[in-house]
Amino acid sequence: MTTATLEDRERRRAWGFVAPALIWTFAFFVVPFLYMAAMSLWSRQGREIVRVWNLDNYARFFTESALLKSLTNSLEITLTVTVLSVLLAYPLAWIIAERVPKRWQRMALILAILPFWTSYVVRSYSWLLVLSKGGVINQALLGIGLISEPLEIASNRTATVIGFVHFFVMLLTLTIYSNLIQLSPNYRRAAADLGANGFQTFWHVVLPLTLPGIMTGAFLTFVLCIGDYITPQILGGNNELVLPQIIMLQIGRRADFPMAAALSIILMLAVTAAYLLCARWLKIERA
Amino acid sequence: MAQPGETQATDIAFPAGSARRMLASALSWFYLAAVYAFIFLPVAVLVLFSFQDGRLPVPPFNGFSLQWYESVFADRKLMAALANSLMVAVASSFVSCLLGFLAAYALARYRLPASALQRGLLIAPMTVSYLIIALGLLAVLNALQVPLSLWTVGIGHVVINLPLCFAIIYASMGDHHVNIERAARDLGASDVKVMALVTAPMLMPSIMAAFFLSITFSWDEFIIAFLLSRFDVTLPVEIWSMLRSGLNPKTNAIGSLVFLASVVVLVVLELALFGRSRKP
Repeated sequence: MTTATLEDRERRRAWGFVAPALIWTFAFFVVPFLYMAAMSLWSRQGREIVRVWNLDNYARFFTESALLKSLTNSLEITLTVTVLSVLLAYPLAWIIAERVPKRWQRMALILAILPFWTSYVVRSYSWLLVLSKGGVINQALLGIGLISEPLEIASNRTATVIGFVHFFVMLLTLTIYSNLIQLSPNYRRAAADLGANGFQTFWHVVLPLTLPGIMTGAFLTFVLCIGDYITPQILGGNNELVLPQIIMLQIGRRADFPMAAALSIILMLAVTAAYLLCARWLKIERA
Repeated sequence: MAQPGETQATDIAFPAGSARRMLASALSWFYLAAVYAFIFLPVAVLVLFSFQDGRLPVPPFNGFSLQWYESVFADRKLMAALANSLMVAVASSFVSCLLGFLAAYALARYRLPASALQRGLLIAPMTVSYLIIALGLLAVLNALQVPLSLWTVGIGHVVINLPLCFAIIYASMGDHHVNIERAARDLGASDVKVMALVTAPMLMPSIMAAFFLSITFSWDEFIIAFLLSRFDVTLPVEIWSMLRSGLNPKTNAIGSLVFLASVVVLVVLELALFGRSRKP
């Protein structure tokens, strides 16, 4: 009897510990999300939100080309950025883990992610200084006479991709590096003993073993990239809007909350699809 | 252990490959330098042209001047935004760590029903874009007619940082700590005492890591702060409104200052951690 009541008391205390976090998440995350999901099925008339259930917002999304185009723009840019970032970051992480002497590795890694700590808004802005018509790259190329007209590399998709890749290369280098150094050298020795050359060892042993780390980083990149408003807004110009920009337009200029909610749900679905695609590699575990 | 010997053995196994090996090595150093140049290019340009003596932060560099730094420090709104940012970052990170630690302790040490579901719920905000979290909160706050302020920004920042703090602290709650906690309990400490005086100090490195990571996230967060604030704004939002004036060396100056501050914090943290890890 006493053990049962003790257990009850313990359990009640445990609930007391976990409750604040659960309540916070429920009140400020789950409820707002459900409210938004409901709102996506309402509509706007003038400045008022009319609570009549319908699918008009979603229908409009699939019929209005400007809206649909923002999703494909977002997906194209995000996939380009994710692939480019992984391709750039993997060799960098590998070189830091394999070629840089052990005692300099920490330093090399800190250096590689140092610009991470500038303000996010400022980082996008600083790419404008580099890419704009009067910017560093154009001035340098004009100066050495390689081009006669300034290149159009700011205010378009290229600039957005460059700005994103810059950010995510740093992030991915960190995740891939931590994966590479956890790899026991025995695997590679075993592969070498069995007659594999450097490339075969990499392709059949190292790469598959670091795939979970790559996928985690790639998923993180996808989520952060597709939901970001700042980089495309600062660097992307006005021709190709992405989904977050269209969402911000709805609540800013048009005050159309239901439409913004519907677009957010669509953004959410894109992330969920990406999650399901890489789910088998993603794990959060207790040590 | 036997690593140097092992590499030597492979060197002997492929003597003809040494030229190729040197080429590969040269290529990797070149690659390293190229990517580092890419990573540092915008920051270097940003800092260099913050000292520009003139109105445009692009080439040619006209000469060295501190005028833009002076105008940053003279800007009341910018300084107020900086103070707001610090306040929101520290407060929201503290709340996130506290709630995250309590939840991690309960879920790691007690058997609770549906604990996998609870963990999932606590982690869930991590997989949702900040924009969506901000929009949902904004919609609810509007519906309840709650005025926007730094408080609402703080609430939003706890939503995004709580999963992070929970995950970091939960991951560090290894089973090897259980015996120490049991010993404390045997010696008569109450559950709350064990948690506060035994578990928390043991986990302090990861709690501090979670705290500082949260601070940097909150400090730099834009979209939630932008949508959920009105009159008092945080630094990223204030910088955003400065951007409307186009390229301006003053933006470079404030950007460089933020960068400098982060680097100083990073160096201090690194030295502090390094100092501790050397002492066994």
